Amino acid sequence: MGAQLRVYKRRIKSVSATKKITRAMEMIAASRVVKAQRQVAASTPYATELTRAVGAVAKGSTTQHALTTESDNPTRAAVLLITSDRGLAGGYSSNVIKAAEELTGRLTREGKEVDAYIVGRKGVAYYAFRERKVTESWGGFTDNPTYADAKKIAGPLIEAVLKDTAEGGVDELHIVFTEFVSMLTQTPVKDRLLPLSLEETAEKQERKGEILPLFDFEPSSEDVLDALLPRYVEARIYNALLQAAASKHAATRRAMKSATDNAEELIKSLTRLANAARQADITQEISEIVGGASALADASAGSD
Amino acid sequence: MAAELHVELVAADRSVWSGAATLVIARTTSGDIGVMPGHQPLLGVLESGPVTIRSVDGGTVVTAVHGGFISFSDDKLSLLAEVAELSDEIDVKRAERALERAKSEADAAAERRADVRLRAVAGAH
Repeated sequence: MGAQLRVYKRRIKSVSATKKITRAMEMIAASRVVKAQRQVAASTPYATELTRAVGAVAKGSTTQHALTTESDNPTRAAVLLITSDRGLAGGYSSNVIKAAEELTGRLTREGKEVDAYIVGRKGVAYYAFRERKVTESWGGFTDNPTYADAKKIAGPLIEAVLKDTAEGGVDELHIVFTEFVSMLTQTPVKDRLLPLSLEETAEKQERKGEILPLFDFEPSSEDVLDALLPRYVEARIYNALLQAAASKHAATRRAMKSATDNAEELIKSLTRLANAARQADITQEISEIVGGASALADASAGSD
Repeated sequence: MAAELHVELVAADRSVWSGAATLVIARTTSGDIGVMPGHQPLLGVLESGPVTIRSVDGGTVVTAVHGGFISFSDDKLSLLAEVAELSDEIDVKRAERALERAKSEADAAAERRADVRLRAVAGAH
């Protein structure tokens, strides 16, 4: 076997091995997307009911709450950025980070100081590399988030919003995550979580054609609102985490699918090259034999 | 209108129980409350405690609920709980062990959780 041919054979073998790995990762990601989608669906009833309840309180009372009052002169904002722990997901993390950068830029231009809260090691690494300050970060659960994780994240954020701005609190809370639109489309979204506009929530519901009755509050509308709003924030963060996880798996699936396709393509062209090299080897051998034979024939003819 | 209310018991990550019922008893921060069909619209904060649902077929469903809300309007009742467990999902032995441990470590929150679980299994109401 010729040297050229041996080199091609070796490369085909290595690319096939890579293809097997990427194919397996694609399958795993595909099954995880389905699971993550199911989780998003399972968490929807809670979120819907909670939103309804918030709407009811908004309509049924004129209660003011620290989490719903707009600051006259907002000077600090918190941005919660949800990325993933692991890569191999195409542009997933960089897209959502880019969206966060845009938001941070806009807030800074509006004269607000931005506190970064980050979920996922990819985002943390991005900030660490640029030596930017991260107020708090979490990681290790982005593939499969639980409600307890959302609670863990919501705790310090709500605390920061409730604190006075002068003492290091924030006036606004924004969240940046990747929305799972479909298997093929995932878009990064920027959302303002707090202060929550109660009127807007109530309006949205009325537009849906739902008329909310006047509720009796137990024990009082203030207490209900007090208990309701943190839960609402937690539920929103939980939903964002779940959507981000589903998006990450979908992105991984797509990235791995194109990697598998590329490997296939590469194997095909390498096989063609290997075949050509083999043919060239054979041709050369034949011409050597023929040349040798005719040289021998010439030599023996000359000696006669 | 038939005297029944539609109950939707949802935890943060799943729907726990849903169906028609004649009476729901839950513990709010200001005391136990029983809701029957035709009750005034209500929105309350729940304490950790057992929630009893009398379903229309005469059965009783008891769940351990740890924090959440009760909301009722138009004969539709929603119980929103951060964590909710049906009584037959609860592992009694584990809850008892947890209670022992919580008592010895003087962990009030864990003790209450375990206690609520055990009471839900016993069918508190």
